[in-house]
Order: sequence, then structure tokens, then C-alpha cells
Amino acid sequence: MSHARPGDYRAASARILRETPGVRASVGSATRAFDAHRTLAYEGIDAERWRDWARDVKTHALTHLDRYLAEAEARMQERGVHVHWAETADDALAVLDDLVAKHAIRSAVKAKSMVSEELGVNAHLEGLGVRPVETDLGEYIIQLLGEPPSHIVGPAIHKSLDDCRRLFNERLGTPPDADPDTLARAARIALRQAFLDADLGISGANFVAADTGTLALIENEGNIRLSTSLPPVHVAFVGIEKIVPRLEDLSGFLQLTARAATGQPIGNFVSLIQGPRAADEIDGPEEVHVVFVDNGRVALLEDDAAWEALRCIRCGACLNICPVYRQTGGHAYGWTYSGPIGSIIAPAMLGLESAHPLPYASSLCGACADVCPVRIPIPELLVHWRNRSVESGLASGFEGIGSRLYAGLAERPGAFAAAGSLLRWTPWRSAGRALPVLGEWMQQRTAPPPSPKSFRQLWKEGIE
Amino acid sequence: MSTRVALFATCLADQFFAEACADTVRLLRHLGVAVDFPAGQTCCGQPAYNAGHVRDAQRMAAHTIEVFRAADYVVLPSGSCAGMVRCFYRELEPGDRADDLAARTYELSQFLVQVLGVGSLGHGLEGSRVAYHHGCHALRELGIEAEPLDLLRGAGAEIVEWEADRECCGFGGLFSTKLPEVSGAMADRKLDTLPAVDVVTSTDGGCLLQLSGRAGKRGTGTRFEHLARLLWRGVGA
Repeated sequence: MSHARPGDYRAASARILRETPGVRASVGSATRAFDAHRTLAYEGIDAERWRDWARDVKTHALTHLDRYLAEAEARMQERGVHVHWAETADDALAVLDDLVAKHAIRSAVKAKSMVSEELGVNAHLEGLGVRPVETDLGEYIIQLLGEPPSHIVGPAIHKSLDDCRRLFNERLGTPPDADPDTLARAARIALRQAFLDADLGISGANFVAADTGTLALIENEGNIRLSTSLPPVHVAFVGIEKIVPRLEDLSGFLQLTARAATGQPIGNFVSLIQGPRAADEIDGPEEVHVVFVDNGRVALLEDDAAWEALRCIRCGACLNICPVYRQTGGHAYGWTYSGPIGSIIAPAMLGLESAHPLPYASSLCGACADVCPVRIPIPELLVHWRNRSVESGLASGFEGIGSRLYAGLAERPGAFAAAGSLLRWTPWRSAGRALPVLGEWMQQRTAPPPSPKSFRQLWKEGIE
Repeated sequence: MSTRVALFATCLADQFFAEACADTVRLLRHLGVAVDFPAGQTCCGQPAYNAGHVRDAQRMAAHTIEVFRAADYVVLPSGSCAGMVRCFYRELEPGDRADDLAARTYELSQFLVQVLGVGSLGHGLEGSRVAYHHGCHALRELGIEAEPLDLLRGAGAEIVEWEADRECCGFGGLFSTKLPEVSGAMADRKLDTLPAVDVVTSTDGGCLLQLSGRAGKRGTGTRFEHLARLLWRGVGA
């Protein structure tokens, strides 16, 4: 599968709708189910108060990030964790180079981690001759298919059960009509060997508690616990925005994340990782590395108008409720983080030049802001980035001229009314398909019929 | 002294929903409200604002604030344009004038229920089966949820349950023409879940153009009418 780029959003979304209509069906039903579960889970708590609390804690952490990162680093080092700082993706990947060389690593198991997708960890490991095996079932499926994740939480959300049956039949020899339990069992058997063989375990982290230097990871399958405790070396890639001040903050965040993401009161497994195996412990890795990743986050934090996007806890609730995301899934967006949240961090993390079409991939319906557990004002930030595109000359020049002309007309009511009457007497309806804007409209819809007389005219004539 | 409102017809309804604007006038007058139509009104600036053309939107906001400076109330047959004035003008116009206009601005059903305290308009919709589309900005920016439904039910309409009634129709102003494929698929989701009704209605003409245009393309004969038309018919005058 060829991967789209953020700049190709329109073409990529149109292609998905046209060529793989099953994606819309799979994504639509899965996201609606996720969102229905989230609604119920929010009803089970005082969600508005929790969301205020979560927003405030994340805002506090982000505005004191230097202090909390230093505190986390100190606590981690006290327990023997190797802490690395990566300004760029290359810096982060260089940590892997050293580990692979030092420990003669041949194979790695990976817990689901979006930051590792962002950094391109798998491709890099393959380049080093290391076989990375994704151990989350959804990630495993798309790794077999050679596709990137389509959703922050449910990477294979765009695949149907039949897609998985076909794939597993071909690759793992399950019966063509295998039920989901049989498919999961087959993956489990294949993955068990990978866990036992792995020299390295790779994970992300949902949260890092600064006061104890604890990594917190949420999951449902048990694969993260195995990936982080069975191999002799564990490396966690962690975005610097994952910091919360105190271990006790996790009590709220672990519950809120699970409720927002899947509607569960808490994930099936929560791993709190403090460091390598201690002398009196029976399992755990011999070596733990934490790589704090910037990769554009500091620039976003320093952006007074857009930094709030960094509060994101990657729950995927905004994707699940987004009517735009639901039509195509994540591949249309052309990079790791899709949906509304992806579109407000892409311009900072990839650069506006390559990402500027993404903030337009929204009807500004506002549903995302209703559900965001950390109250990121997503629609406002989408508009903010659109304005940046306009001001930077990246938006359509034709549209810019049209907008300026329209604003000029709107300041002259007589001319505005006269222009409106053009709608009625020009032969635009037959020529419409060839016109900009109207042509795009008519591609999907019949031409809008203007009223026989404008209201302005009706008012002049008198309303009975 | 009787209530006096200035009607802000909105650029879209002026051209595409002129009869709905006329019915707004009839309805308000029927309720004893004096209606003005300030001739200088044009566009609220929302299409420019949402597409990132903030400077252009600023000009239109300044113009609109000036046009309606003297009105006691400004009433719009649109939740989206009312939301623009109420929620975003303060970002475009420094000083108190934006907040002042925002506080006087109402979408039609919101004005009828919240300001005039209208319960039942009449019984003109007895026996009609109606599907109501919650326009996103009416619903989420203005919190308009019960008002139109109560007015329709009060006039005798049966509101038929619609699974996707709170989902975006895919209009989104320029979104509909910048990303027509996704926008069309969004309308399909609405139409695919639409129950059998006599008419589909909404506070917003933009949504109705999108849904009726897509239904027309699909060759379905569903009727779409602006809320103002149904409410005036609801009076049964």
C-alpha cells in the first residue's frame, strides 16, 4: 500500500471512499461503538468536573515542564534507569543504534506505541537487521499487512472481521471461517514465541509521574506487560508532554483515559514501571532506558496560540466522534496522528508547509470539543491553523482573492444585493459544473435552487 | 411598548430561503413583535472566518456590528450565523461592541422560547411526521436543543427518532466544496439513517441545501423545509 502524505488529504480521502468502501463501514461501526461506550462511561462519573481537573493538571504540568522533567529524570536515575533526551526523531533512533550494538540485539517485541510510529522505529530496526514484532493484536494485524495504524487506539479499526479471517488464513493457517477467538488464539501462539525470543522490549508510556519517576502504561491484552518485563532490555519512547506532577494524579488519569478511549472504567492491565529488576525481584528487565522525545513538541509548547493541543492524552475520543474521520479512517491523513487531534498537532510537528491541508479536514461541527477529556479547544485550534495557512500564503490564492472580494462586497450593501441577484438570471446552473466552487458542489449534489425572489426583494414588495 | 426585533436574514437565506425569512417576519408579527429589516445587512463573515480568512471576517463583523447597533434584538433564521455573532465576534472586534451585539442576538426558535416564552404556536402541524436535524452550531455553540423540538411538537408535529440527528450533515460552509467527497459521504450517513417522514427540517439553510442537494443527486424524493416555514405553518393561521 502506498502511504499518503498530509498534503494529499483530499485525494487520499476520495480514493479511500471510492476504492475501499469497506473501510468506511468498518471505521463507522467501530467508532460509533467506541463513542457509545464512552458516553455511558462519562455518565458514570461527574465527567464535567473530571475534565476540568484533567485540563488543569495537564496545563500545570505543561507550564512547569522543565521542573517536572528534571524531577522525573532524577527519580528515574536513582533507580538505575538510563534517561535519554531526543530533540529529533534521529536522536531518538540513535539510542536504538547504541543498544542494538551493545547487546547484539536480533529481535524486538513492541508494545503499542504511537510515538514509536511517529519516530519510524520499525523501519529503523529493520535497517539495523533487527526484527521488530508488534504484539498488540491490532498492530500485529497491520504489521502483517504492511500498513500504518489507522487510529490512535484501534490501529486496525479499518479492517473487517473478514479481512482478518483472510489474512490469518493466509499467514497463520487458521480456517477461512475462523471465529474471533480462534484468530486471537493463533496470534497469541505466534506472539508467544516472539516474546520468548526477544532481546529487546519497546514501549511508549501513557503517563510519567514526575515525583516518583514512574512510567504508567494502559492496555487490555497483557502484551505491554510482557514486552516491558520479559526481554532483558526495555526502552520506552515518551513524548515530553506525558508528564504529570504526582503519582497520585494517575488515579484520575488512568480512569479518565480508559473511559474516554474505550468506555472502560480502567484498562484491563495497568503497568507502573519504576526501573530495572532489583536484586530481590524475580522478573523484569536488566536494563531500562527512557527516551524523552521532543520532535516538535517544544516548538508547539512555545506557540502561545496552539500549545493546548499538547494536553492530549491520546485517547482517540475525538476520532471516534468525528464525522469526517468516520468516513475514511486514519490513512487519509497521511501521518501517524489522524483525526481532529492529529490535524492540530501536524502543523507544529511536521511544519505548516507540508501539513496545511489537514486543519481543513473538518466541518468544524465541534463534536470533538464536547468529548475531549482534557478540554482541548480543537475547533478553535483548527481555525487558528487555517488562519496561519492564509497568513503564510499557503492557502489557495483563488480562495483568498474570492474571500477578499466577498468581504469588499459585504461592506457595500447595494453591490452585495446586486451580486446576489446574479444568482437568478445568469445561466450559471447549466454551466455550474465547469465553475469553481459550484462545480465541486455539483459533483456530489444537485445545484442549490435560489428562491424565485430574494428576501430583500420580498421585503421591498411588502410581506403579507 | 411592544418588542421590536431586527431581522438578520443572512446572506444564504436571503438568496435560497427567502420564503423562510418571510415566514419569520409573519411569525414574529403574529406574536405581536415589530420587525425591522436593516437594509445595510450583508454577511456575518462566518465563511471567511471558518476558512481562516480572519481579516476578511473582521471587516464583515465590523460592518454587521454597525448595521445592528441600534436593534433591541437581532433574530436570525440560522443557528450557524447566530453562533458566529454570539461566540466569535468578540475575537474579531476589540471593545464592548461585539459582546453587546452578542447579548442581543438570537436564533429564531431560541428567541421564541427564551425571550418571548412561547409554548404552543397553534395546531397547524397536526399529523405531520418530522425529522429534525440538529445543526452543529445551533446545538453546540448556542445549546439549542429542546427549543425547536418543543415548538414543533407544540404545533402538533410528531418528531420521528433519527439515529444520526446530532451528526454533522457535511455542509460546513466551504468545507462542502473543498472536500466534496468526504462531505458527500457525511450527507449519505444522514440520509441512510433517515426514517420515513413527511419533512426534514433544521434551523439552518446551509444544512438543508447540503441534505436536499445530496438527496436530489441520489434521486430520493424527501422534502426538506426550513424550520421557520414549519413554525409559521404550525400557527395554522
